[in-house]
Amino acid sequence: MSANHDPHEIEMPHASLRDYAIGFVLSVILTAVPFWMVMTMPLSASATAAIIMAFAVVQIVVHMVFFLHMTPKAEGGWSLTSLVFTIIVVGIMLAGSLWVMHHLNTNMMPMPHDMNQLP
Amino acid sequence: MSTTTLSPADDTAPRFYDLDEHPHPEGHSTMLGFWIYLMSDCLIFAILFACYAVLGGNYAAGPAPKDLFELPLVALNTAMLLFSSITYGFAVLQMQQGKVRGTQLWLAITGLFGLAFLGIELYEFHHLIEIGATPQRSAFLSAFFTLVGTHGLHVTFGIVWLITLMVQLGKHGLVAANRRRVMCLSMFWHFLDVIWIGVFTIVYLMGMLR
Repeated sequence: MSANHDPHEIEMPHASLRDYAIGFVLSVILTAVPFWMVMTMPLSASATAAIIMAFAVVQIVVHMVFFLHMTPKAEGGWSLTSLVFTIIVVGIMLAGSLWVMHHLNTNMMPMPHDMNQLP
Repeated sequence: MSTTTLSPADDTAPRFYDLDEHPHPEGHSTMLGFWIYLMSDCLIFAILFACYAVLGGNYAAGPAPKDLFELPLVALNTAMLLFSSITYGFAVLQMQQGKVRGTQLWLAITGLFGLAFLGIELYEFHHLIEIGATPQRSAFLSAFFTLVGTHGLHVTFGIVWLITLMVQLGKHGLVAANRRRVMCLSMFWHFLDVIWIGVFTIVYLMGMLR
């Protein structure tokens, strides 16, 4: 099917056993290590948090490349374009929500009962 | 063939533009269209994640993640979804070799892993509600049930689609339309696994660290 390129043949990503195997092994490692780190806590909480977030990002990339067959050329580049657009929107939305709500929480802290202590 | 020229004001050779529609094979844009749908689905989940990130610390004097979550169970759940991802990959490989029975078999195994995932998740939800950690208890639990429940709902519909596809494969074999459907469901299924990476990291693992 992939040997002769009929122009009317629908282009589909070609999957290989090698891709799936690499993706699976990497995913297992990238899943097992964060779980192990949180269950046994060899490091401090903040260091663990940073490491498991990094592992999650790497695992998402692994899934995109090896399971979703994401390449810069897929669908003439439109898949990647729409993905980048989505990531930008999601980034703005997540960062904006957390930022605004963090300030809201900070400024809405319970006021001291004795109002005379305020400047 | 209809063509048009620009006004030859700039006295160079006339330029021709081809304005005719060209025939496209049926379904040539389905894969890209489905990918765009997944990106919009991604936005839904992003909003639910943002909601959880903002509200996840509001326990209303109720239970915190540490009191509720059992990591071994979550690890088992994650393993189920990861296994279902690789078995779906095997189904795609069987399809590429033109084997209908093999494709159906691996799709069925994928469906079983998906059902196991749902079963464990429903057991967890049932357990939480039984001990009083209902969505009404606190903002944290509302956000938790909405986020994880939406993912579970997606898996449920994925399984419905999976069964439908197995029937279609049995009826029509590996025709072009069915191959396209297998690839679309493949994208959907792997996409759900990507979302689950976010769920187990941010909800469960980060929750235990708080």
